[in-house]
Amino acid sequence: MKKTTTGHRLEIFFRDVDLDTRGQLLRDRLNSLELSTAIEEVWLSEVYAFEGDFSPARLQEAADLLLNPVVHDCLIDEARPLGSADLILEVGFLPGVTDNIAHSAVETLADAWGAPLKEDQGIYSSTIYYLKVAAALTVEDRRLVGRILANALIERLDWKERSRYEADQGMECIIPRVRLGDAKKISLVDLEISEAELVALGKEGIIDHRDESGSIIRRGPLALDLPSLGAIADYFAKVEKRQPTDLELEALAQTWSEHCKHTIFAAAIDDLEKGLYKTYIKGATEKIRQERGADDICVSVFVDNSGAIIFDDDYLVTDKVETHNSPSALDPFGGSITGIVGVNRDTVGFGLGAKPIINRYGFCVADPGDQEPLYRLAGGQNQALRPRRILDGIVDGVRVGGNCSGIPTTQGFLTFHPGYKGKPLVFVGTVGLIPRKTKAGRLSHEKAARPGDYIVVLGGRVGLDGIHGATFSSEALTGGSPATAVQIGDPITQKKFTDAIVKEVRQRNLYSSITDNGAGGISCSVAEMARECNGCRVDLEKVPVKYPGMAPWEIWISESQERMTLAVPPEKWPELETLLKSRGVEALVIGEFTDSGRCQVSYRGEKIMDMELEFLHNGQPAKRLLTKVRPSQENVVFLPSFTELPLEDLFIKMFKRLNLASHAYVSTQYDFEVQGGSVLKPLVGSRQIDGFATVVQPLPESAKGVALSQSLYPAISDLDTYAAAATAIDTAVRNLLAVGTPLSHIALLDNFCWCSSDDPERLWQLKECARACYETAICYGTPFISGKDSMYNDFRGFDSSDQPVTISVPPTILISSIGVMPDISAVRSFAFVKPGDILYLLGAGGLEIGASEYLALLKEEGLATCEAQGQVPKFAPADQLPLYNRLQEWTAAGNFRSLYPLAQGGLAHAVGKGALAEGLGCELEIPATERPDLFLFNEYPGRFLVSVAPELGAEFEKEFAENSFTKLGRVRADEEIVISQNGEISLQTTVSTLLAAYRSTFVGF
Amino acid sequence: MAQPKVLLLTGYGINCEEETAYAFQACGAQTAIVHVNDLIAAPKQLSDYQIFVVPGGFSYGDDTGSGNALANKMRHTLWPELMAFVAADHLVLGICNGFQVLVNLGLLPGDGDNSFGNRRVALIANSTARYECRWVNLLAAESDSVFLGGVSSLSLPVAHGEGRFFAPPETLAELKQQRQIALRYVDAEMQPAQGSFPANPNGSLDDIAALCAAKGRIFGLMPHPERAFRLNQMPDWPERLALEPDSDWRQPGPGRVIFENAVNYFS
Repeated sequence: MKKTTTGHRLEIFFRDVDLDTRGQLLRDRLNSLELSTAIEEVWLSEVYAFEGDFSPARLQEAADLLLNPVVHDCLIDEARPLGSADLILEVGFLPGVTDNIAHSAVETLADAWGAPLKEDQGIYSSTIYYLKVAAALTVEDRRLVGRILANALIERLDWKERSRYEADQGMECIIPRVRLGDAKKISLVDLEISEAELVALGKEGIIDHRDESGSIIRRGPLALDLPSLGAIADYFAKVEKRQPTDLELEALAQTWSEHCKHTIFAAAIDDLEKGLYKTYIKGATEKIRQERGADDICVSVFVDNSGAIIFDDDYLVTDKVETHNSPSALDPFGGSITGIVGVNRDTVGFGLGAKPIINRYGFCVADPGDQEPLYRLAGGQNQALRPRRILDGIVDGVRVGGNCSGIPTTQGFLTFHPGYKGKPLVFVGTVGLIPRKTKAGRLSHEKAARPGDYIVVLGGRVGLDGIHGATFSSEALTGGSPATAVQIGDPITQKKFTDAIVKEVRQRNLYSSITDNGAGGISCSVAEMARECNGCRVDLEKVPVKYPGMAPWEIWISESQERMTLAVPPEKWPELETLLKSRGVEALVIGEFTDSGRCQVSYRGEKIMDMELEFLHNGQPAKRLLTKVRPSQENVVFLPSFTELPLEDLFIKMFKRLNLASHAYVSTQYDFEVQGGSVLKPLVGSRQIDGFATVVQPLPESAKGVALSQSLYPAISDLDTYAAAATAIDTAVRNLLAVGTPLSHIALLDNFCWCSSDDPERLWQLKECARACYETAICYGTPFISGKDSMYNDFRGFDSSDQPVTISVPPTILISSIGVMPDISAVRSFAFVKPGDILYLLGAGGLEIGASEYLALLKEEGLATCEAQGQVPKFAPADQLPLYNRLQEWTAAGNFRSLYPLAQGGLAHAVGKGALAEGLGCELEIPATERPDLFLFNEYPGRFLVSVAPELGAEFEKEFAENSFTKLGRVRADEEIVISQNGEISLQTTVSTLLAAYRSTFVGF
Repeated sequence: MAQPKVLLLTGYGINCEEETAYAFQACGAQTAIVHVNDLIAAPKQLSDYQIFVVPGGFSYGDDTGSGNALANKMRHTLWPELMAFVAADHLVLGICNGFQVLVNLGLLPGDGDNSFGNRRVALIANSTARYECRWVNLLAAESDSVFLGGVSSLSLPVAHGEGRFFAPPETLAELKQQRQIALRYVDAEMQPAQGSFPANPNGSLDDIAALCAAKGRIFGLMPHPERAFRLNQMPDWPERLALEPDSDWRQPGPGRVIFENAVNYFS
């Protein structure tokens, strides 16, 4: 790829620079970086570079179309610095990176001029930052500023001092057109090579060429181990009697990747011959479905892109939660937008196409204040992004992806833990709605490609972005991680075909089957659909590409986003083609489904892949994994005596903790109201306090609701992965009970994000975690309907003193819950709503504080030793059932005024948030036998804080007599929060004080 | 005419057409959601309708300025039909991105009563430089908006990245004089927000949230009335339920009156 410097430049900026607040906010952000000097002002302008022949009149017309005459001025092929800038920076995309702004500009010009741009014309967007600085920036300053403004993996950053800018008459006109050499030919790969060579082939990829110095340049990881390569060599030698082509090997690598085949969950492990997935996850669901019989809520589980449960007689709801961790570590914005837009396609690709109705998100990162650098390579090379930069980027990505797609993003969370410093976890999920039957009477969750159906790809075009994404996320992140694995989503292209499919095409019965293109691109989607009819034949040159020169294997495995694959009966193709064209959606026939038993691909008439589907899908040698018990890390904590502790101070500090403070700055950036169905919103009460669950009413005429929540306990996982999973399931279920969902209508999704999954102790932790999933889910009768795993979340690199360092995420199990509410009128929030209401703690608890936020705070305050781990709560789900069953009768009857399911931060957090939501204080009496801090802050699961009208108090105490409850006190009419023991005040504060603390942590984010 | 016909535009990233159509239907109108390309292919069909709606959404991803790309497309393909529609005794409604489209088309505020096409005001990036999804309080200004008949104040959600109203001083004075300012952001006590966040969620000049033209028949607003159509869409509904467990979720929310006024205009 080479950049050229011919073209025209259009620069658009605000006539009144003060109207553009982006500059002011950016100035403040840059000044927070501790630079050696102050940035006094920042001004921005938007630049469009025009490639090819445009007359001056055409350029003026383009300017008039792209700017707003009320507020903008522009310069055409002319340079003049904004304001009194003395330093000028330009940030533009590198060749081949998705440029949505330029794409819209091209469409706008085509609309106005009545014809598309010519082949040799193009438009590319960039941004210029004009800085006025108090003194010259140092090299280090520039590095810091540069890291905020641009990501070197996808963007170029050019600097000019004003004098240079003036001498050069502005910035360079850079045209980032992708220029590839001639299309590379297909080649055969020799597998009869040494073991060392085979290892290199598997880890680093097929040899591409030698560079000028003679070094071997490989194509990027295949992530194939020796037994897999052996099986491939064997198959081609014995069955096909030839060497495999590079494309065949790449295709096998994609299909067999951990990312696609979940080899660790599928492998036999210790005494579990069927492996973890079949035994514990699918096994739990099968057992629950069997026991529920006619009351089974599952319809399509573990077989499609999402899982589906019954919504009502006419509709199903689907749910899917994905991770996009590795790409987000490299380009947080691109990683998260691609993640959310990608999981939307798991909805559109469910059955015959479900409509996305709710987005979920969850971001696990390290302390955003952590400034200690990390490097991917020795010698201070290839610095990893800092936690704050990662957090900002992933928040932005879901915002743009979700909002642009018109899908409400209601449900999500932020979790902070030092283990997420090397690699963040980015969870993205989408709930869908689909009629159970199509108009033609077909069951909409069933689909099958038929021999003779056309293979149709629609949506975006294929480029070099997203090569080796699937194999890359199956490896730990190191200095050699490929930049082509990073890409940026294009939500509007996807919105166009999503609307077309779920609002028009599905009803017309124009296709037999549909799936999305995710990991592995068409190599996976086509080969996967081919199993439905037992064969496919593809003419690869028919696949629409972004630019010429791509090698066949690149086209076959590219993960360029925003594409779906359909199986279309030939007689229906003309109607489908016409409809999609009129909706601005590109669709092309690239081959046909067959019943040959083979996956056959040709390129310009040459056969480049021809192998048995059976081997492609099931030829991978079975693995057997062995685990080793990990010694317990739990111990006894020696705490200072209670009287030595500043309880009031600790209480306030708990509300400032990263995990417990207000994250409202994220939820208010996400449109949680679009589609008009939000009932219980992400923020609760007039003071906008973070909720733990949300409820959406998908159909405006039906009282039914969809309730969503999730839970994870990475800190518990560090000590006990069984307890972490059991507690997470309990919390995710209890959160839905608390908002009024019956237990019988709750389903679960699992996301395992593990680390070092070759390590037998990590595998033992995994097995324990999966066993807890099985036992807890069965106990509650809540089936798993979908899941995903990401097994290598490790960072290997170097610290600031150039010492090798490995940072692994804590073994993380995210449990997402989805429930169907018969009537949204059962919804309650956690807000205290009326003075005099009685407060009860419902459920029995323990006093363990292992892995709690409170213990972490004590350590930070120097009140507990760093070695103190404590014990994690070990509770028995079966003991909870009587309480949950009684509780749901009361929620259905609408008897509670408020409910808060206790989780991180314990009772204190529940009480504080209940008071904050509507600004009503409370008074509580701690039982005389309890140690106040442990009573307030322990995180034992299974419990609720509830408020009840005084007139229902007696009935409550009678009804719940057999369940454990503690009468705590009452809601006050004023702002005071008073907690006492034996009649003496232990702590006293006000709603205003607490609210200020709660909102303080993320000011400026 | 008892039952007006409403055309709601869709395509290219518009995303509020279904809930907006539902709001009109529930108020007794007939609705049709029409893809912008289908309307361009047969522009004459516009004359079959009495209410033209550009719903909220993210047309062209807000690239090149929110509403700009779709307005350009419509200007080049639908202008004569739009002018004929406006000249008749019809209604035009633009919500959020739809408002941005109407402003970029020059349908709002227009130059005087019957002249349209100039961009005279702008809706630019929020002063927080951030997308804002939150509920706001609004006070009806002295205007002729058909849609706001009988409305004094409203609580509605906004959800946009570019809703900051701007107009040159002389244009602003003219809008006031012509009674074209329809809604203003106010605080919880219904006092002028005076530009302060979050009561004024985007930094709009003079707290302006909505405009009208053509004797109130063309109306554009940044907040989303269709998202406050029923009681259960209100942010305080769960707390209200705690105190009134029998509260009926179907009861009208504050946004409903805007659709009722539009439909009743034709009765």
